[in-house]
Amino acid sequence: MTVLLKYIKSFTLFELAKGLKLTISYFFKPKVTLNYPNQKGPISPRFRGEHALRRYPNGEERCIACKLCEAVCPAQAITIEAEPKPDGSRRTSRYDIDMTKCIYCGLCEEACPVDAIVEGPNFEYATETREELLYDKEKLLRNGDIWEKQISENLKQDSKYR
Amino acid sequence: MSPLSLEITLGVLKIFSFVVPVLVSVALLVYLERKVLGAIQLRKGPNVVGPFGILQSFADVLKLLTKENLLPSSSNKFLFIFAPMLTLILSLIAWAVIPISSTYVISNLNIGILYLFAVSSFGVYGVIIAGWASNSKYPFLGALRSAAQMISYEVSIGFVIITVLICVGSLNLTDIVESQKNIWFAIPLFPMFIVFIISALAETNRLPFDLPEDEATLVAGFFTEYSSISFGLFFLAEYANMIMMSSLTVILFLGGWYPPIDIFPLNVIPGIIWFVLKVFLILFVFLWVRATFPRYRYDQLMRLGWKIFLPLTLVWVVLTSAFLFYFEMLPK
Repeated sequence: MTVLLKYIKSFTLFELAKGLKLTISYFFKPKVTLNYPNQKGPISPRFRGEHALRRYPNGEERCIACKLCEAVCPAQAITIEAEPKPDGSRRTSRYDIDMTKCIYCGLCEEACPVDAIVEGPNFEYATETREELLYDKEKLLRNGDIWEKQISENLKQDSKYR
Repeated sequence: MSPLSLEITLGVLKIFSFVVPVLVSVALLVYLERKVLGAIQLRKGPNVVGPFGILQSFADVLKLLTKENLLPSSSNKFLFIFAPMLTLILSLIAWAVIPISSTYVISNLNIGILYLFAVSSFGVYGVIIAGWASNSKYPFLGALRSAAQMISYEVSIGFVIITVLICVGSLNLTDIVESQKNIWFAIPLFPMFIVFIISALAETNRLPFDLPEDEATLVAGFFTEYSSISFGLFFLAEYANMIMMSSLTVILFLGGWYPPIDIFPLNVIPGIIWFVLKVFLILFVFLWVRATFPRYRYDQLMRLGWKIFLPLTLVWVVLTSAFLFYFEMLPK
């Protein structure tokens, strides 16, 4: 009997019809595609994207050249040189990040005592040449100026978990 | 203009009135395929080029045209270039006998179905020549598979067609459609209809029978070495063949240009529209099947063709003719 049933099943293409029914039900379901450049997915406040160096509201650089980020960086992507400023404060004269080396672990962010180096929400910074990915201090500070509003918002949202 | 040259001009115009819509529907079909597959996989498919991405295939053709046409150094140059042309020509000349409506057909051959059968069998040559001329192992294996597959399934397609011919009593495609005015053959010959659709999938190398171009084992099968527009010609031919096979299905089983029921709002719609609608319905089934089933293994494919379809169709030919003979319904 079971053999007969099996034959009936295979000759009526029962299983195939079942499969077709399943796929056609998916055909009418709402689609999950995001039209990427026009539509973007949600990003967590902890998102680790492009780096930025922040400033205090009065325009002074936050970074105090403690070099903790340079020390903690597992990919050794950060290079810092420091010298005292004319007003006696300690500031960096050079702050380079090799974005081709960076593994986006976020340890620099964690190590920073003054929240100067952060990884911002920006992830669309593909370049045409490799050289453009060797970021210097100027570029990082400019990033900080561009993204400051969102970065500080994200830091505020995330502060209770830190 | 002399009568002869007028006739030639009209003939050429008539041919173009078939070839151009076929090529446009190939572009549409490629677009439709990507949309349908996308929809079934919960994606949107192409939607950037033109409204709803409808111009995507034209952009793809443009891309193929601007690419370099590579000739493998060890290939047989003449055959290598000749094969895609042959394939495309064969898939287009088949349209000469397809009746789109009761009057609209390039050549109303009285052995139309034989002609179609001959042309579609001839299509294997393009594939074999391509596989052989590439002088490379994957295309060669793909070509061998393709030849074996097309021949096996043509046998069962032949028997299915014989069943229909017994019911019609004519080899003319227009006659075949006209004999379905009252009832489509898909209803009395339903099992044959299913066998024909499955064999058509195998005949056009579509999934789940696309072993000649099985990515997992053969890279791209017989057109692995092809690039640029010679690849494009194969691609075009494959999709033109799909449209051809589905219009053959429509002619043999779904009553060609006749509306489903002969009542008022349906029978004022011109036959061409019914024909195109039915063809695209069958094509949708092709795509739907592609999105649903995994690829057959080669021995399973052969088993299905020779051990299941062949006996099944053979029995059905005998049954149908016995039935028609007993009830004296054989066409005169």
